[in-house]
Amino acid sequence: MAEIGLQDVHKSFKDVEVLRELNLTIKDKEFFTFVGPSGCGKSTILNLLAGLEAVTSGAVFFNGENVNALPPGDRDVAMVFQSYALYPHMRVYDNLAFPLKVKKEAPEEIRGKVHGVAAVLGLEPLLKRFPRELSGGQRQRVALGRALIRRPRVFLMDEPLSNLDARLRVEMRAELKELHQRFPATTVYVTHDQEEAMALSDRIAVLNRGRVEQCGPPEEIYGQPATLFVAEFVGSPPMNVIDGSLLPHLPVSPSVLGLQDEGNLVVGIRPADVDVLSQEETGTLSAQVLLIEPTGNNTWVDGLWRGMKLKGRAVPGDPLTPGRPGFFRILPDRWHFFHKTSGRRVG
Amino acid sequence: MKRFGFFAGLLLLTLFCLGPLVWQLITAFKPTAELTTLPPLLPSRPTLNHFAAIFAGHPFLRIIANSFVVAVACTVLSLAVGSLAAFALARLPIKRKGLILALVLCGSMFPPIATVSPLYMIIRTLAVRDTLLALILTYTSFALPLTIWVLTHFFRSIPRELYAAARIDGCTAFQSFRMVMLPLAVPGLVATAILVFIYSWNEFLFALTFTATAASRTIPVGIALFPGLHEVPWGEIAAASVVVTLPLLGLVFIFQRRIIEGLTAGAVKG
Repeated sequence: MAEIGLQDVHKSFKDVEVLRELNLTIKDKEFFTFVGPSGCGKSTILNLLAGLEAVTSGAVFFNGENVNALPPGDRDVAMVFQSYALYPHMRVYDNLAFPLKVKKEAPEEIRGKVHGVAAVLGLEPLLKRFPRELSGGQRQRVALGRALIRRPRVFLMDEPLSNLDARLRVEMRAELKELHQRFPATTVYVTHDQEEAMALSDRIAVLNRGRVEQCGPPEEIYGQPATLFVAEFVGSPPMNVIDGSLLPHLPVSPSVLGLQDEGNLVVGIRPADVDVLSQEETGTLSAQVLLIEPTGNNTWVDGLWRGMKLKGRAVPGDPLTPGRPGFFRILPDRWHFFHKTSGRRVG
Repeated sequence: MKRFGFFAGLLLLTLFCLGPLVWQLITAFKPTAELTTLPPLLPSRPTLNHFAAIFAGHPFLRIIANSFVVAVACTVLSLAVGSLAAFALARLPIKRKGLILALVLCGSMFPPIATVSPLYMIIRTLAVRDTLLALILTYTSFALPLTIWVLTHFFRSIPRELYAAARIDGCTAFQSFRMVMLPLAVPGLVATAILVFIYSWNEFLFALTFTATAASRTIPVGIALFPGLHEVPWGEIAAASVVVTLPLLGLVFIFQRRIIEGLTAGAVKG
């Protein structure tokens, strides 16, 4: 079990600065996720934690001990890779047993542990197969098993679900969370999928160009995004962003919130906080319906309002037609305001 | 018609490549009297006399054994040194890898004839002239650039994550080389081994220069120096060539499947 500390961590490859000023503490037994678009440096963080790469400056601590100089094998971490990285020349049994064999554990002990992990993950019937004879989901389980078997201090997971198809991904996601509840251990997870991050994590750090934009529990990241980047990145479909110059036409006044300088503001509103009606009401925005996307439990509506696109949610039973007017009713108190130049949240 | 043209082309190419070999084969079975006459194309009375002749009166078995020892030793040595170097160049954090690889390649760019006299001096100074060791050392040094280049590219083609996974699972760099990288590189190792083996088996110039007696003579030199009093013993030469080509053919056939076999299948998704 371990608490991880990152202190002033910088990482550059040649002239490119990939991570800067990373200061974070990941608590013991926490499920912590780094989320961000590709190229934001999230996989690099895992490599630094695993010891596969060295920090350019700063320090990584496990339980208060500086592990900068510790090689990967001595850090007592396990990693699950996006590509699974199963050893292709070994059967499932030997893949699972590999970390224990390297540690020279007794054969009987290894056998017991392998069967234990295989039972937890439902791999018993597959132990004699080679990785190439497994489906994607099965390979994923073996990779997970190879990490679990060592009971390491820290689990590192690099987009472990992104090679699975949509349905399997949701299943494995639930399974991961359940595993973490059954065997709580510090887990550092990396994904570009914000929904996955929200569903799994105790806390999330949103990364953008090597910097942490916001770090907090999922509800806070979603409910009170600290920057415009976080607001636009988290949530599906993404937040509507309206320029401050249109504020006079909106049924909200930032001055009520004690804000001034309207021209330098950006207003955000989540599509889930917008109802789209076929009849006008007071305070609704009148727009032209462009597109209707039913997704099952929600029907998303795109409308054209004052030259910009707004997304909202159709009210069940209220028929809308593309090309006809639609009236966007924005729920009060769900507005987000951001400073236009800095992107920081205000109010 | 198009198909016909295709197969006609294939046939022509095959004949072109196999022609000399077939000629050699025919010659090996022809009685001496028919060797320089045409027709007949095929021997009228196939004979094994040439085969008998090369083993009777010549230390040909000894020469084959010499070649075998040299080729095996050179192959083992090249693979042992080459695979370690290649692994380091492919995966370990070493600076100026490109430069190192370029220098390695430079070593093999000199024509053998240009290096033969300095090498002869070295061999003489080391007092290994007319020993198998002289050939083993020389061949290994010439086979290493090829080995290192082929294996470096082979190791690079093994997904980076597999090496990372092995390191995280507790392996030292050498353990991950031995337990993960090397087994996955078997097809590359086999292919390289065959190339190196063939090179050592067939090399002529150094073998001619560094050996003096049957104690260390290898096959190409042995065949070239077949004693002929008044004429070139074409029949014996052909028979000997056929005999020494067989092991190479066997080698390639045995390992062919191993080379083609895609061992890395299933390592990563795809």
